[in-house]
Formats: sequence, C-alpha cells, structure tokens
Amino acid sequence: MYFGYKNIYITFGKKEILKDVTMSFEKNKVSTIIGKNGCGKSSLLRILSNAVKPISGEVIFEDKLLKEYTRKDIAKRIAILPQVHDAPSDTTVETLVSYGRYPHKHKSIMTSKEDEEIISQSMELMGLTDIRKQSLGTLSGGQRQRAWIAMTLTQQPEILILDEPTTHLDITYQIEILSLIESLNKKFGLTVIMVLHDLNQASRYSHKMYVINNKKVEAIGTPNEILTTSMMEKVFSLKTTILEDNYAKRPYFLAKYSVKHNK
Amino acid sequence: MIRKIFIILSLLVIVLFCIMFSISIGVMQIPFREVLKVLFTSEESIHRIIVFDLRLPRTLVATLVGICLSLSGCILQGVMRNTLASPSTIGVTSGASFVGYVTLVVFPDLYYLLAVGSIIGAFLTTMIIYSLAFSKGVSSVRMILSGLAVTALFSAFNDVIKIFFAERIVDAQSFMLGSLNGTTWEQFFMISPFAIIGIVICFFIPNKLNILMLGDEIAYSLGINVERFKLFLIILASLLSGVAVAVAGLISFVGLIIPHIARLLVGSDYKYLFPTAILLSTIFMTICDMIGRIIIMPAEMPVSVIISFIGAPFFLYLLRTREMTK
Repeated sequence: MYFGYKNIYITFGKKEILKDVTMSFEKNKVSTIIGKNGCGKSSLLRILSNAVKPISGEVIFEDKLLKEYTRKDIAKRIAILPQVHDAPSDTTVETLVSYGRYPHKHKSIMTSKEDEEIISQSMELMGLTDIRKQSLGTLSGGQRQRAWIAMTLTQQPEILILDEPTTHLDITYQIEILSLIESLNKKFGLTVIMVLHDLNQASRYSHKMYVINNKKVEAIGTPNEILTTSMMEKVFSLKTTILEDNYAKRPYFLAKYSVKHNK
Repeated sequence: MIRKIFIILSLLVIVLFCIMFSISIGVMQIPFREVLKVLFTSEESIHRIIVFDLRLPRTLVATLVGICLSLSGCILQGVMRNTLASPSTIGVTSGASFVGYVTLVVFPDLYYLLAVGSIIGAFLTTMIIYSLAFSKGVSSVRMILSGLAVTALFSAFNDVIKIFFAERIVDAQSFMLGSLNGTTWEQFFMISPFAIIGIVICFFIPNKLNILMLGDEIAYSLGINVERFKLFLIILASLLSGVAVAVAGLISFVGLIIPHIARLLVGSDYKYLFPTAILLSTIFMTICDMIGRIIIMPAEMPVSVIISFIGAPFFLYLLRTREMTK
C-alpha cells in the first residue's frame, strides 16, 4: 500500500464515529473523501495532524506504519493543511510560505539560497509573487488560502492533504483553488488527498472518490461509479438527476427533492 | 525588516541612557561624568562605594526582573495562543510567591533556595491554569477567571503564612513588598544563574515558536512534537517568572504590558519580539524604579506600586479594546 488507513476505529467519548475503516490511496492521483456532515471524514484526516487519536488502527505509508517514521521525515514528504488554521495577522505572505522549509532546516537560523528558491517557486505557482510583502490580515480569503497552500508546497511534499480547502470561500476562489490543486497534480504528479463538501466539485476534480456512510466505507470508485442516483439516495437521502458535463466529461447531479421530507 | 532593526537599535541607545540615569539618580545625585569615571576607572571614592554597593546591583536586579517577566509573558502568550496571558494575569506569580514563602518557612537558613521554590511554584501554577483553561485553545474568559481564582487562593495561603510564621519571613522584606529597596549583590547572584540560562534559551527558540503560532495541527505536520515543546515552554516561562518573583515579589503587569508594546512596535515574529521585549522591559523597569526612588524622597515607594499604577489601567484598556474588536 502506498498510503492509506487500516482498520481505523474512532470514538468521541462514547459515540462511535468510524469503525473498521480501511482505504488505500493511489500515488500521483487526486482522491477525495465525501460523506455527510459529522460522518467522520475530517476525523480521518485529522489523525495525521494528531488532532484525533484513533482507538485502534494504523496509517500506512509505503507499506510501513506511519508511526515508524520520525516526525521530521514525515513532514518532509507529507504536507497537511487542516480546515482551521490561523497565523498572526501581521505575518507577511513570504514569511508564512517560508515556514514550510522548517522540516528541511538544519540548525542554521538563516535560510539558504536553495530554500529561497523553493520559497519563491511556491509563491510563483500560487500566484503570490506580487503580494509577497503583504501581511495576511490585508488579504482576501482566496489569497490567504493560496498563501497557506504555498506554505505546504514549500515543504516539497509528495502527498498533499487538504481538509475542505474551499470552505468559506466565494465560488470564484473555490474554483481557483481547486484548479490550482489540479494543475499541481498534473504538472508534478503530486498525490492529493482531500475532503470536499461539494459533490459536483469532488466529481469534477478527483480521480477517485471515497464515500463514508454509517461509520464505514460505503464505496470507493471513479466519479462515474460514485455519482449515481442510487448512491445519492442511499448516502444523502436525495432523489437526483445525474447529468454529464460536456467540458470535463464528468458526472454531476441536480437534486429533485429530499427523500426524508417528500414522501 | 529594516524598520524593525532600527527600532531595536534605538531602544538599545535608550537602554544605555536609562541605566546611566538609574545609577546616577537617588538621595545622593552622582553626575553622569562621575558615573562613567567610577565604572571605567578604579579610583577610590565615595561615589564608587555608592555605585558598586547600592546602585549597580539594584539596577541590574531591576533589569533582570523586568526581562524575565516580559520574556515569560511573551512565551506564555505563545503557549496559550492568547495575548492576555502573562505571569500575573494567570496567577503564576502568586503561585510562585506561595511556594517561595513555604520554602522560607521550611528552610529559614537556606535563603538561596527561595529562587528554586519560586520556580517550582510558578511551574505548578502554570500547569494548573493550562489544564483548567485548555480545551481546543485557551479561552480568554476561562484563563482570566482561572487565574483570578488561583491568585485569590494563593494570596489567602500567603496571608496565613504571614500570620503564623511572621518571624521567619522577616528577612524577606522585598520579597513581600515587591520592592527593590536594599537590593544587594547577594540577590543578584541568587537569580542571575537561572535568569541568564532562561534568557539564553530564548534566543534559540524563535523559529519554533513562530511555527507553534500557526496552530497545533500545522506545527505538528511541520514536524514539531507539539506536546513536548509546549511543556518545555511552560518550564522555561516558569523558570523566568519564578526567578523574578524570588527577588522582587509580586510585581504585576510587566509581563503583560511589555509583550504588548513590543508587538505593537515590531509585530508578532519572535525573532524580533524577544529582543524588543528585553530592551523595553529594561527601560520600563529602570524608569519605574527611578520614579519609586525619587517620588517621596528620602523615603521610597516600592517599584511594584509604581508598576501597578501604570499597569492596571493599561490592562483594563486592553480588555476593553479586545472586546470592541471581537
């Protein structure tokens, strides 16, 4: 297994969140975890940033247990952007992005030439070069999110993990962020694992979708396999019409009504 | 960046002036020229005795106390992720003084143990507050209220000790009053080893602290062992505030005001914040101490009184502006 979860069991107090979840993500692909609110999809990612501690189960990275790696080694290869993040508002874009070099740094306080280059590259990729001297407090939500993603890119990871990277953003910025993520995957083969709220966006931008329902993995498959009327009814209690988008050749849905309230 | 370095250099110049003034001013005025002569030649004079036996140790202790409290404040604000945290607002200084008193009562002959006792007291109190106030970040309300309760409890204990063991703690006048009156080299040597270790460590952690400010999850995913680092910071902050309490007693607000002004001047990057806090606290402490010395001459006003007169209104102002911005 390249990267994935094995028999994960999570409880919050007495409440069971996930039981026996096993899923494996493919290298160089964009994978998206979907499910209803509170189904435990974010918890799955938060295991990786130590914010959720599973009762049992393991995270696997290249056929080894993740906990067998040192923290620094993981940080050099896997970057995580949690849903809620915060930095002092007077931090400049450049400074924030430079923090991504932390796991690579040795004892020296000064940033090396190589570091500088990687930092400006990440800013270039995320279109931040013009605003690099600005402080985070003066930026729009979309710019700020781009700065954070640039920070994770500066870690030079092979896997990028994003927990709902588009929440609280206007639709323009949502698509902007997702397109940037798509291009990172295409250009550099970056493996992306994320949680998304919007199923149509998940279908549009991912190679594989992972559905969590009733504390378990309901289905894993391509957008065409997942976005079906039966799945939408079973997992989201919605009667839907499934259509195909001419441009990206991906399925999308339109909701007719909620099964729960329109019997 | 150039602006920040300029600010730090200007503060450095002011610091030198303040130290000169602090040595020069008192019941017996010593002109600047004399101060320099005393410091840089070995000519015997009455001025020399005053400078070396009275003014210099006092100025140095005042400076160290201020530096320790303000660095401790900067660190606690980072750990709690809350700019209202400081050794006095969360009750750390009162816990330190309580264990300090206990040490004095139990080991009346071992005066230098006072510093160790205060440090242990500071550490225990910080741990208590941290666990009481913590749940997904530290909420201001819970932190301040926990601090209030802990302070009330420890002051009550302190009063009990003052009543029952009055004769044993009589030697620790300044510790009780928050005064620097009568500070000698003995006190300086008691605290300086701890203080210097604490201050030096502060120069090695700004990068890591900056990353901690991005939140526990990000810090963890950048390779920091968050729990261990926070415990280390709490120990460091306790070392610094405990040492200050051991010589100067309950000096409130320095650990709150200085980090705030430093943030206003150079922002929240710890690389600049620490040096700025060190310089600002030196300026602030020497000025407050000088005011205390001359305001009711020939008697003295304890430095803690002066600081509270300035600090309490400032704290209320902060509480108010924070409410407004929410």
